Amino acid sequence: MTATATAETMRDRFARVTSELLDEDPRLAVVLAEIGLAGFARARRRHPDRIINVGIREQLMISVASGMALSGMRPIAHSYTPFLIERPFEQVKLDLAHQGVGAVLVSVGASYDASDSGRTHQAPEDVALLGSLPDWQIHVPGHPDEVELLLHDAVAGDGNVYLRLAAQANARPMPIEPGRFHIVRLGSAATVIAVGPTLERTLEATADHDVTVLYASTVRPFDGDTLRTELRSPAVILVEPYLQGTSAMWVSEALRDTPHRLLSIGVRRMEHRHYGTPEQHDEAHCLDVASLRHRIGQFLEA
Amino acid sequence: MTDAIAVPQRDSLGYDDLPRLIALMTGDEKHSTSADSTLDVLWVLYDRVLKVSPDTADDPDRDRFLLSKGHGPMSYYAVLTAKGFIPIETLPAFGTYDSPLGHHPDRMLIPGVEISSGSLGHGLPIAIGLALGLQAQERLGRVIVLVGDAELDEGSNHEAIALAGRMGLDRLTVVVVDNRSATYGWPGGIAGRFEIEGWAAATVDGRDHGALAAALTTEHRGQPNVVVAEVEKGA
Repeated sequence: MTATATAETMRDRFARVTSELLDEDPRLAVVLAEIGLAGFARARRRHPDRIINVGIREQLMISVASGMALSGMRPIAHSYTPFLIERPFEQVKLDLAHQGVGAVLVSVGASYDASDSGRTHQAPEDVALLGSLPDWQIHVPGHPDEVELLLHDAVAGDGNVYLRLAAQANARPMPIEPGRFHIVRLGSAATVIAVGPTLERTLEATADHDVTVLYASTVRPFDGDTLRTELRSPAVILVEPYLQGTSAMWVSEALRDTPHRLLSIGVRRMEHRHYGTPEQHDEAHCLDVASLRHRIGQFLEA
Repeated sequence: MTDAIAVPQRDSLGYDDLPRLIALMTGDEKHSTSADSTLDVLWVLYDRVLKVSPDTADDPDRDRFLLSKGHGPMSYYAVLTAKGFIPIETLPAFGTYDSPLGHHPDRMLIPGVEISSGSLGHGLPIAIGLALGLQAQERLGRVIVLVGDAELDEGSNHEAIALAGRMGLDRLTVVVVDNRSATYGWPGGIAGRFEIEGWAAATVDGRDHGALAAALTTEHRGQPNVVVAEVEKGA
C-alpha cells in the first residue's frame, strides 16, 4: 500500500532542503514554535538570526513570520497541522495576505498521522479552512521528491503557500508541475482525481476500471482546466486525504456548464474517538484500497 | 463648521491644526474619545521621534510605527496628514466606500501606514517579527508599536511580551496609551508586567510632549522598552 516505503520522510526532506536553501538565500527564514527544532539544529548554528524559535506560542509564530515578511524576508513557518493552521487562524487570515505579504506554511501530521494521539493532534479541516481565504496556493505532495520541487518553487515566490507534508507517501514520485494536475492514465468510464498520498491506493483500487486518473499535488488554485479538458464521462471521483468534499465546489465550478455527477471521498466529518494506526483510520474513512474499490465500483455501476 | 474647513497648507501644519483635521473627518468639532487618547503620543512620535517621512516611506532602514490599536484612527490620519503622508483632500470622505481612510487603517490603501489593524493584539507580535527581520538583514530602524491598555487583555500580546524580553530586542519600543479602559485592570501597574519579562519601562504623562519624547528616545541597550503613557480615564 502507501506506507512509508522511502528511507527519507517528507519531513526529513523538508528540513534538509530548507537547510540547504538557508545557505543559498539570505532572504529565507524559518519560524518554529518548538516543534521541528531538532531538524534544524545544524542550520541554526550557522544562521541563528534566521531560524527563530518562539517557544510554544503559535499565534506569535505566524505574526513573527508576518513581520519578517514585512521587513523583506521570505519566512517559512512550520508545525503540526492543527497548531499551524487552526489555532492561529486569525493570524493566518490577517497577518499575511491581508497585510499584502506572504509566507510559506509547512505542516506535518496531515489528517491523522498521529492517529494514536487522538483528536487534538489531527486536523483534516486544514485545507478547507485555508481554502476559504483568497490567494493561497496549497500543495499536497505525495512523495519526498515532490516536497523538494514544491518547496523550491514556494521559496522562490512571494505569495502565500501551504505545503502539507504527510507520513504516508507514494512509493514513487510523479513528474509534477506546480499548479497542474498530472495525467497518470486515460480512460473513458470516469475521471478520478487522486490527491497526494492517495494516488497509489487509488490506482490499485481502480486497476480494473477504464478510468482517467489525474494526480493532484496542488489543490489550490484547483486545476479545473485539466479536469475539463480530459473529461470523457460525466462521472467524476475526488479522492482527498483530508475533509471529504473539500474540493467539490471547485469540481462544480470547473464543470458548471457540463452535466456531471460527483463522488467525494475523504475524511468524514465526525468526532472520531479512536487511536490505533493511520491505516485503521484510512479504513474508518473509506480511504483504504478495499473501501475505495468498493465505493468507486458502486458509483460507476449506478 | 466653517472654521473646520479652513486648514492651512500642508507644509505648515502643526499640532494646533490636528483638531481641525479631525473635524474634517468627523464633520464637527466633537470626535471619538479613542482618537483623542492617542493624539499627543502620535504627534510626538511623528514630530520628534520617528525617522520616517513621505520621502522615506519605502526606505528599508526607516523607523516603523505600528498602530496596533486601530480603533479610532482619526488622530492617526490627522497626524499623517500634518506630516504629508495623506493629502488633506482625502479626509472629508473618511469611512465612505471609495475612501482609503476606514474606521480601521489598511496599509495597502494608505502610504506610510505600516500595518492594517483593527483586530486587537496583532501589532506587537508582528513588530517582533519586523525587529527580528531587520536585525537579520543588518538594517537600521526602530520598531515602535502603540497599544491600548485594554488591548493588553488579548493573550497574543503576552506571548509577545515574554519573547521580546527574553530575546532582548532593543530596537523594539511599545507605547501603551493607558486611559484605564481595561475592565479588569492591571494590579501592580502595566509597566510591571513588562519589567518582570525583562523590559526597560517608563511611565509618563501621556499629554506631556517633553516627557513623552524623552521616554521614547532613551537608549535601552539589550532590552526592549515600554513607555506607559497615562491619559485621563475614558479619554
